[in-house]
Amino acid sequence: MTTTGPTGRPGSGLFASTRSGDDPRTASNWSRRTIAETNLRALAGRAYPRVRGMFREPSWLIFEILLPFLATSAYVLIYRALRAPEEYVGFVVLGGALSAFWLNVVWSMAGQLYWEKSQGNLELYFAAPMSLMSVLLGMAAGGLMMTSTRALAVLVVSSAVFGVQFGVQDWGLLVVVFLLSMTALYGLGMMMASLFLLWGREAFHLTNLMIEPVYFVSGLNFPVARLGALGMVAIALIPFAVGLDAVRQLVFPGATLLAGTPPPGVEALILAVMTVVFTISARWCIRTIERMARARGSLSIRWQ
Amino acid sequence: MPPAIRVEGLRRVYAMKPKPVVALDGVDLEVAPGEFFGLLGPNGAGKTTLIKILTTLLLPTSGRASIFGFDVATDTRRIRRIMNMVAGGEQSGYGILTVREQLWMFSQFYGLGSREGWRRVDELIEAVGLGEQRLQRVSTLSTGQRQKMNMARGLLNDPWILFLDEPTLGLDVAAARSVRELVLEWKAAVAGRTVLLTTHYMAEADELCERIAIVDRGRILASGTPAELKRRVQRESIFRLEVDRLDGGAGSLGGLPGVVSAALAVDGGPDAQRVTVNLVLQEDAALGGVVTALAGLRSQILALRKSEPTLEDVFVELVGRGLGEDTSGDGDGGDGVGIGTTVTPDGTDAAGQGSR
Repeated sequence: MTTTGPTGRPGSGLFASTRSGDDPRTASNWSRRTIAETNLRALAGRAYPRVRGMFREPSWLIFEILLPFLATSAYVLIYRALRAPEEYVGFVVLGGALSAFWLNVVWSMAGQLYWEKSQGNLELYFAAPMSLMSVLLGMAAGGLMMTSTRALAVLVVSSAVFGVQFGVQDWGLLVVVFLLSMTALYGLGMMMASLFLLWGREAFHLTNLMIEPVYFVSGLNFPVARLGALGMVAIALIPFAVGLDAVRQLVFPGATLLAGTPPPGVEALILAVMTVVFTISARWCIRTIERMARARGSLSIRWQ
Repeated sequence: MPPAIRVEGLRRVYAMKPKPVVALDGVDLEVAPGEFFGLLGPNGAGKTTLIKILTTLLLPTSGRASIFGFDVATDTRRIRRIMNMVAGGEQSGYGILTVREQLWMFSQFYGLGSREGWRRVDELIEAVGLGEQRLQRVSTLSTGQRQKMNMARGLLNDPWILFLDEPTLGLDVAAARSVRELVLEWKAAVAGRTVLLTTHYMAEADELCERIAIVDRGRILASGTPAELKRRVQRESIFRLEVDRLDGGAGSLGGLPGVVSAALAVDGGPDAQRVTVNLVLQEDAALGGVVTALAGLRSQILALRKSEPTLEDVFVELVGRGLGEDTSGDGDGGDGVGIGTTVTPDGTDAAGQGSR
């Protein structure tokens, strides 16, 4: 073994050490613990660019706080001009804050694998030893952290400007509902990431198609109960709809305008089921995508 | 120890319209552990398809391939733990991260602990000569710096086998040399490290590879050490002879036993201080007769140099055309970049180099 190389660069002696065992066959034999640790580290690694990006690109303050605040303000002013019940202002502010998560899921999560492919990252992910679910979970975790900051900023600014009063009584259930809403939402995002990769460019049109209709059926700016049966269908199928309604019920307890939908405990159960279904589906989808990519010679590779 | 790479009857067909494209057509190959092996061929020859199969990114249509005994179709996880890959012109990663952060992120995909990852990244950054750019955003790197970073990424997990797909593509002379030195240094440091290099740079393959396979239209046409391959085309001995005078011109040597041809390479006129003759001999032994004849002609030998064939000559002999003549569309759909002329890693046009 040599410890210094022909280039004589500092640190070149590091080439003499190998961390991967005495021979390749031994080195390829990983314990369950090593596999689990690698997957966790890959998750953290993939979340890292999103978290760093949040601090490195301050322009998000304009796009992610000011613009949503203006959109929320428009609805608040309309409701006040129409002399609608003051609770509507709180519903709109909460909807505006939570919509950041839905936008992050449909834009950043769903299209991410497609973007990774065009950058040439996807084949490096496929060729690395970690589970691809770690990459998806890392994307979700990074997106969740980034968006939580934005949603909180919108919530604080809007509440302060419009004087919204919150009356949370069951903080424990609120935290559970919020976390389940996020796991269900990002589970859906992970599933869509694989599907969007498969569908390619058309997926972006689908994203556009999903934003306004989902906002409407989820009751972004009004209680979803006002939609009757359509609102019930949305609660049964769309994590954003059920999560938003549950959070509204817990933040504004006793608001009569919210009556007509299942209680928050039941909606928490719906979110839990959605989390399981979407996460399992995401795992199945990404495995199927990898299998198809290897068989077809497409999807993962940039030039094809 | 099983071979580092074993490929048997490998065939890959892409279902494309209007007709399927055969990228690999019955490839057989074996690379020993510790070997530096090169795949030499033009764009569209099937090199990239072969590398994608060996790195578990593609399944073969038929045939088998294994890495250190692990089947590429079924033992993907085990292969991915001991290999890495770097491609030329790679734009992977995230421009918003610094070089250091980007490499750390990739280190996590290979299971390095956080601190271990940062330490390894710092060492590799120094080793590839990117110390000054370590805190620079990836989006601001030059092509050469970016490729050095990619090389560092490829070495993060200390792979037992490293796949290099046109690693010096588009690099300037200094950057290409730096990448080649780095790979050689890394490989030499531990016995058993194996490298598979694809390239269409003749000089690069000649300089780096212990053995080379020449690939065209999905088939391996020949393989062996660079010297063995060159011997395949060197049926005659070629010498470049410089003498102070040659009465009677080249014709005075052309009729000697064993001399196939003799031609003046430089005509300096009657006042020239030296005369250069290109000699083609049936075998080296015929040179003795030439020397004797020159003594009889009172010519003093100033220089005598034997001309070696190049890999370009080998390729032309085997394929019937030069490497610069693209076959995209007949092979693997191209390697992502179309190169119209053959250029050596040092940036010079190789067309005609060493041509006979």
